Amino acid sequence: MELILLLFIFVLSGFLGFELIAKVPSQLHTPLMSGSNAISGITVVGAILAVNTSSDNLSVWLGFAAIVLATVNVVGGYMVTDRMLGMFKKKK
Amino acid sequence: METLVNLSYIAAAILFVFGIKMLGHADTARKGNQISSIGMALAIIVTLLFQGLDYKLVFGGIAVGSVIGFVAAKRVQMTGMPELVALFNGFGGLASLLVGWAEYQRASATISNGVLGKIADAVNADLATVNTFTAGVIVLAILIGGITFTGSLYAWGKLSGKLGGRALTFGGQKAFNALLALGIIAAGVIFTLAPTAELAYPMLIVVIVLALLLGIFAVMPIGGGDMPVVISLLNSCSGLAACAAGFVIANNVLIVAGCLVGASGLILTIIMCKAMNRTLVNVLFSGFGATAQASGSASTGEMKPVSVEDAYYILEAAKNVIVIPGYGMAVAQAQHAVKELGEVLEANDCEVRFAIHPVAGRMPGHMNVLLAEADVPYEQLVEMDDVNPTIEMVDVAIVIGANDVVNPAAADDPASPIYGMPIINAHKAKTTFCLKRGKGAGFSGLENALFTAENTRMIYGDAKATVTGLVAQFKDS
Repeated sequence: MELILLLFIFVLSGFLGFELIAKVPSQLHTPLMSGSNAISGITVVGAILAVNTSSDNLSVWLGFAAIVLATVNVVGGYMVTDRMLGMFKKKK
Repeated sequence: METLVNLSYIAAAILFVFGIKMLGHADTARKGNQISSIGMALAIIVTLLFQGLDYKLVFGGIAVGSVIGFVAAKRVQMTGMPELVALFNGFGGLASLLVGWAEYQRASATISNGVLGKIADAVNADLATVNTFTAGVIVLAILIGGITFTGSLYAWGKLSGKLGGRALTFGGQKAFNALLALGIIAAGVIFTLAPTAELAYPMLIVVIVLALLLGIFAVMPIGGGDMPVVISLLNSCSGLAACAAGFVIANNVLIVAGCLVGASGLILTIIMCKAMNRTLVNVLFSGFGATAQASGSASTGEMKPVSVEDAYYILEAAKNVIVIPGYGMAVAQAQHAVKELGEVLEANDCEVRFAIHPVAGRMPGHMNVLLAEADVPYEQLVEMDDVNPTIEMVDVAIVIGANDVVNPAAADDPASPIYGMPIINAHKAKTTFCLKRGKGAGFSGLENALFTAENTRMIYGDAKATVTGLVAQFKDS
């Protein structure tokens, strides 16, 4: 049952994603890409859960490496997007 | 506790949805990005509430990653943006690969220790006995994550010029890639069908290695001009990898967020392909631009060079000017000089617009970002479809480092490989200046009939120096 539920969520989010982004003006393509790139760093949640004291050594270190990489993705992605969008100005 | 965590995940998902929605509108984009970052912070913080985490490592990892991300984001030049996005993307992909691997490692270590079912897995206790479904999504997370990682690294190498921008092909490349893919499928299936068997772990390692190889070899035959498509597609993949990792650990927020990113990346990919009038399959497998094109009519006629001084006299009399930037403007870092030229032209009572082709540059919206950095107000930026109908009224079109996106062969030469690609009709302007480093062909290796057209004048040299020279002429007079 849980599997079906997860697939259900997956399918609906897919449609939602398409609806949300279908009509984005081209000048926002880069920020949209780097901003959504930052969101893909959500995998950091999975990485954190892997670093569990009851786990064996190898999986803890795999998880640790994943935390570092995903955090770079998250922090860097959001900051660089913010920097970019800060430069998009209207005519004074 | 678990209810609280799950409710917070729902809140985070809502923040992501609103964030992405607001990212799609110029006025709210910045706020949208901040909202989505709040969602991310929320998701991370509540995850820390799970019992049994090794906090030293968790916070250590977050600290190290934050510092690296912070420094990279602060120090990057706007012209280096495509590389950085590719790099971040690759990191996300690798992280998802590692999450999938760690999850299997944990389960298999538990199995071999004989404490089956006793692991304190707060998310999904069923994992101790890796079932077929979990095994399947582990393979997917590793496969997509691995391709995203090395594919992005290779794209980064191409974009930063370390690996050369051209498409690289060798004999039997397609067969080799197909073999890699088959190997992955075979190993993946063996692993999935018997994830607890002795053979399973070696098979998983095979999948990891082959996926990493496939990422490299898949991006290798794709040329620099097609990078906007590749970057968008890899972006989509990094989302899908996170999504697969979400299935592995049965975590909703990973599935929702990953899927949103996957969809948005896919839409951008489709937009980019449409802007080149090519299919995704063609972009990925054709090795476009690997060799100098033999087909297509060789252009007749001479390129007519003009000096900066003479160009100034023509611009001085112009009332309507459009600037068409391309990757060459990024290479020459000419965006600030171009913005200054726009200002002096406006001061001279001339209407100035910047016409931007959807695939100009090396990533979607590349030119917009550069011009925004130079403080060009975005009302002055116009899209291809808005500028083409009135291009006959334009006195001067200034093409700065763009090539294929203004190549008239795309409109009138059925033999040309880019025939059918929508272009900015610079050749229909009354006068066209092309700023170009030298006489060579562009990234795709195609001749450009625009350069030899009757009303075209070439201005050779570094784009930045040329534009600065034009500005100086205006200021001296």
